[in-house]
Amino acid sequence: MSGGVDSAVAAARAVEAGHEVVGVHLALSRMPGTLRTGSRGCCTIEDSMDAQRAANVIGIPYYVWDFSERFKLEVVDDFISEYQSGRTPNPCMRCNERIKFAALLEKGLALGFDAVCTGHYASILTDSDGNLELHRSMALAKDQSYVLGVLTAEQLQHSMFPLGHTASKDLIRKEASERGLSVAAKPDSYDICFIPEGDTQDWLADRLGNTAGEIVDMEGNVLGGHLGAHGFTVGQRKGLQLGKPAADGKPRYVLAVDVTTNRVVVGPQQALAVVELVGNKFTWCGKPKDNPETFFPAHVQVRAHGEQVACQVAIVDGSMVIRCDEPIFGVAPGQTAVIYLGTRVLAQTTIDHTVSAVDSFSTASASISATVSSPV
Amino acid sequence: MTVYLDYAATTPLRKEVLAAYIEQLQTTGNPSSVHSTGQAVRRTLEEARESLAKSIDCNRSEVIFTAGGTESNNLAVKGLYWQRKAEDSNRNIIISAATEHHAVIDPIEWLEKHERAELVWVPVNYQGQIDLVYLDDFLKTNHSRVAMISLMLANNETGVITDMDSVVSLAKPYQIPIHSDAIAAFGHIPFSFANSGLAAVSVSAHKIGGPVGVGALIVSRATKLVSIIHGGGQERGMRSGTMNAPFAKAFAVAAELAVAELDTEMQRLQTLRDRLVQGVLDISTQANQTSNEVKRLPHNAHFTFDGCSGDSLLFLLDQQGVCVSVGSACQAGVNGPSHVLVAMGRTDRQANGCIRMTLGKDSTDADVDAFLTALPSALEGALRAGLTS
Repeated sequence: MSGGVDSAVAAARAVEAGHEVVGVHLALSRMPGTLRTGSRGCCTIEDSMDAQRAANVIGIPYYVWDFSERFKLEVVDDFISEYQSGRTPNPCMRCNERIKFAALLEKGLALGFDAVCTGHYASILTDSDGNLELHRSMALAKDQSYVLGVLTAEQLQHSMFPLGHTASKDLIRKEASERGLSVAAKPDSYDICFIPEGDTQDWLADRLGNTAGEIVDMEGNVLGGHLGAHGFTVGQRKGLQLGKPAADGKPRYVLAVDVTTNRVVVGPQQALAVVELVGNKFTWCGKPKDNPETFFPAHVQVRAHGEQVACQVAIVDGSMVIRCDEPIFGVAPGQTAVIYLGTRVLAQTTIDHTVSAVDSFSTASASISATVSSPV
Repeated sequence: MTVYLDYAATTPLRKEVLAAYIEQLQTTGNPSSVHSTGQAVRRTLEEARESLAKSIDCNRSEVIFTAGGTESNNLAVKGLYWQRKAEDSNRNIIISAATEHHAVIDPIEWLEKHERAELVWVPVNYQGQIDLVYLDDFLKTNHSRVAMISLMLANNETGVITDMDSVVSLAKPYQIPIHSDAIAAFGHIPFSFANSGLAAVSVSAHKIGGPVGVGALIVSRATKLVSIIHGGGQERGMRSGTMNAPFAKAFAVAAELAVAELDTEMQRLQTLRDRLVQGVLDISTQANQTSNEVKRLPHNAHFTFDGCSGDSLLFLLDQQGVCVSVGSACQAGVNGPSHVLVAMGRTDRQANGCIRMTLGKDSTDADVDAFLTALPSALEGALRAGLTS
């Protein structure tokens, strides 16, 4: 129970479904802030108190479990080192993978619990053979199946998402209000919980320091400077501060971040177009696909609230290869690609490299050269 | 049925205390009013002060009522520091120990940050005893710069009793005022303020069967301190605010009962505690009894368990209706590693695996039996969960 409306309603519904429920708030920082400010951050003392109040109203016991050490190691440090390698991580996904449905679930099972129940917007359905499947939530605007794509069949068996069958968040808020939960109108949180100020670049600069480097175009011409390549993500347009406009007058985007040379490569939007994604490590969410070595049609999503794109997927030489039917823009190594079959989450992989739609401008986290061939 | 083994956190209100408190709540009057209604309440308040003074063996004018132990500690630490600094600007050293309660550590660290205090932490050994040789040596060379010493009479987590007589004798030649946080100790072990040689002592009602929200700072007649709450000048000018006769009376009754029963209760609880300790050691080879070689509060049992976290143990015992503690919880309810155990040389992991059981007035053999019955399965589950945090 984060102290938000979703987990509070999820807990209440689990109780009503007849489960024996215990509210657990994860302490993910040893130095929590006192009060929450707007939608920024979470895990403040106020959030903990809100969670406790919700548990009181629902009538369940409530505990705070300290996962701060594990969270720092598995999520925060991973986030920093991924940026350090020029990749763009998704910390919420890591938290689900390593904390909520790993450390917390393991501890819960050891202490005699059967499942972790959360307020995520996603559904667990059963196929005709009795296999558990993760599906998008009915409230598509709030669908969080993407960040749960890391769950394995084993983890799905011990997960509950009671909000997945509700058509909208408004209905959840209304229900919370009817249940007398004071968090009914609490704002949603959007930002990364451990960066309460919301400025990821500043936060990273504090931890990684500032090292001046060059911003170059695809031909390697120096266009400007920066104070640390880790401050940039592929697809980024703002904050480049290049004095000289591009010849065609169109905006320039970050195409690649090369941390070994501390160089940021920029170029036109069309150079961001990617047609193939490759991930060396992948997991099946539930039952694996039959004959995955043969390309099969699916959809891919590369951001938490991004559009899904039709694609062909296969496991080639142990890696997941995703060929997009149409180009997708601004995909960075480190991002997670989640594969859908209809509404079902089939698999996920962390992207290791991409193949550009434009000539051969492809990226891999540490091997990008600034002297790539010019775009069409 | 709930088995309550957390008397050090707070105690059930005793029925005699409740009766006295309710009776006084129904009486109108401000003790500072001059008319007869006010005078009647004043009389009750002063009777309570006299009674509490008797229980703690001090002069009645040495009792300064406060709103609780934390306030008493703040008043003592800040008040003594500012007083001494005002008398001699060279005196900016505060001597204390890292095993103190946060209600002492935090005001001291606040003084360091905002008032240029210099902090000296007396080392603590593995058993939780302070290093008297270090203190002696430090005082010999630095006494002219020392503003005050603050060391607790007994530790709230481990129950370790400080050799305060030795501390007093070391500081006496230099006339350095000593404050002692006696919140965990008062009413549980014999204590005489008159014979202590201390300048100030903090006590609290709810640790001895009184209500939460009232405490006292005992300040010797010879000691001056700067007030931290200003207003009507009540309580020797040290603690302004309308005096709270119902609370004072409730505290006095609780203290009187606790002190009257002290000898028999100490004996009874120590026997009960020793049985609990032996039971734990018989059940688990992972159990390490904390501070088992030194003088400790008779109602306190404290353990660390290898390979499991205290909050798992607490949860599983709680599920079986047994209330224990994992040290002092912060306001978010997050239990980081106990700073007391870390100061005593435990690693974060060892410190995370602690639980404290504290007994009191209503504790019985049946409570200890219930705990020892619940422990094996709780321990098994907690060990299975391991050190997941």
